[in-house]
Amino acid sequence: MNSPTARPLATEPDSPDRASDDAAPPRQPRRPLAAPPIAALVQRKPGDEAPKTAMPDVKADVRHVNFFYGKFQALHDISVPLYDRRVTAFIGPSGCGKSTLLRILNRIYELYPGQTATGEVILDGENILMPGLDLNRLRAKIGMVFQKPTPFPMAIYDNIAFGIRLYEKVSKSELDDRVESALRRAALWDEVKDKLRDSGLSLSGGQQQRLCIARAIAIEPEVLLLDEPASALDPISTQRIEELIAELKADYCIAMVTHNMQQAARSSDYTAFLYLGELVEFDETETIFTHPRVRRTEDYITGRFG
Amino acid sequence: MIPLYARRRLTNRIIIGLSIAATGFGLLWLVMVLGTLLINGASAIGPALFAQMTPPPGSSGGLLNAIAGSLVMTGIATLIGTPTGILAGTFLAEYARGSQFGELVRFINDILLSAPSIIIGLFVYEAMVVRMGHFSAWAGAVALAIIMVPVIVRTTEDMLRLVPSALREAAAALGAPKWKVVVMVTYRAALQGMVTGVLLAIARISGETAPLLFTALNNQFWSTDLNRPMANLPVVIFQFAMSPYADWQVLAWGGALLITVSILVLNITARILAAWSSFKS
Repeated sequence: MNSPTARPLATEPDSPDRASDDAAPPRQPRRPLAAPPIAALVQRKPGDEAPKTAMPDVKADVRHVNFFYGKFQALHDISVPLYDRRVTAFIGPSGCGKSTLLRILNRIYELYPGQTATGEVILDGENILMPGLDLNRLRAKIGMVFQKPTPFPMAIYDNIAFGIRLYEKVSKSELDDRVESALRRAALWDEVKDKLRDSGLSLSGGQQQRLCIARAIAIEPEVLLLDEPASALDPISTQRIEELIAELKADYCIAMVTHNMQQAARSSDYTAFLYLGELVEFDETETIFTHPRVRRTEDYITGRFG
Repeated sequence: MIPLYARRRLTNRIIIGLSIAATGFGLLWLVMVLGTLLINGASAIGPALFAQMTPPPGSSGGLLNAIAGSLVMTGIATLIGTPTGILAGTFLAEYARGSQFGELVRFINDILLSAPSIIIGLFVYEAMVVRMGHFSAWAGAVALAIIMVPVIVRTTEDMLRLVPSALREAAAALGAPKWKVVVMVTYRAALQGMVTGVLLAIARISGETAPLLFTALNNQFWSTDLNRPMANLPVVIFQFAMSPYADWQVLAWGGALLITVSILVLNITARILAAWSSFKS
């Protein structure tokens, strides 16, 4: 596996150690390959050319995680990798632990007493479940968007600036630029550029959710957690959010909880199916939706239960 | 018509009728109180009421020293009570959720909230007046503050609890430390409700008489010395209304009208603020 910090876009397409990566993220413009270096040709077997086998980097590795609400065990021995620059969808019936799993990744569950997690989540070589970790620093690295839009009761501009000001001292003009670029990336800029001083609460539901996404990416996190980001939105807003996810995938490791099978199929590269707190199946989305190995997965995605 | 439906419709009408009657019964007394105050107090309202000191019996005067005294003591009580109440309410809502100590504090606060104000007056009398050896405006302000604190603690906690936890999570998820989440997000979301609570607490103490009788007492003259007894509207009303002198009684009516109108204005302001906040979100 390559070093997690190396960005595919920046690598030479013909460098030997990245040779297997040229088929990586779908959004990456594929440069036509010049003659591949001999070393790579020698090491490659014919089957390796297929894009499916090109495994991306693991950004966050969930290892044997258990989770407890007081005495109730909500997650049982979950192990699942989250790949960089990929969307991993978590599906399963209500109460299966999808959201719980997401809430472990930025340890937001620790806001509430009585909730505990065991096991390991390795992010960039560091176990983030380790006690004594600086939670605020961790959360600044891992953005989260919730089911219901949660704009802060302040101006649109300040909603975005809030997170930036927490950890960076930036000049007014730089802050303006950061706010604008975050709103642009969240496809909201054109709609709000003339009313940045208006309250974030004045926006529509879909706009509020994009504001929350803009707020999350403004602080340049490395992982984005989306907890049913479109479930409270109308179909058009949902489509915009999905388009946005497709664009953001180029830069982030995205974990998304969804109740919507089509959404998981459309938007994700990998899918994990959870049931009653256990990971039933994890695979590439295409495989999960076409050839699930486990019967229960098939029953769920075909709507036979849940 | 189906008998069951007819019966339900009849029941509905009866209940609505009873509700309207009960509302009218409540409003009747309010209207009568306000009407009596207006009829008897209006004649006392004039420039002299706001320009002259409380007079000795038989001469003309106003309520300037009492008005000023009430403003000063209510002001100091608000300065003491507001930060104390808001900080304690914040502790209960944001830091002591589900803790035994928090439950204890909330329980004691509820007792304090319903404690008769005369008890609080006697407490401050023992704690301050006896020790200092004389009545004082300070003691009056402290007594009013003690009445104010539990009201503000309660409203602050209630308003903060109304803020959805999703908002706190969203702020914490950006890496904001807890105090920043509270100050920059939760307070903002609850601001109007908290201001409303403070206004209602001010309205509550501006009519309190018993605690001031034992603490600030009264003063016939203009005084700005907080270490001496200070005139105030409720005690002046009490004293003048009980007196046999007609001109004092007229002044008492004027003072009563003044206090009632001020409290009404405070309450209406609080209402408007609350309506405005619910409109905004």
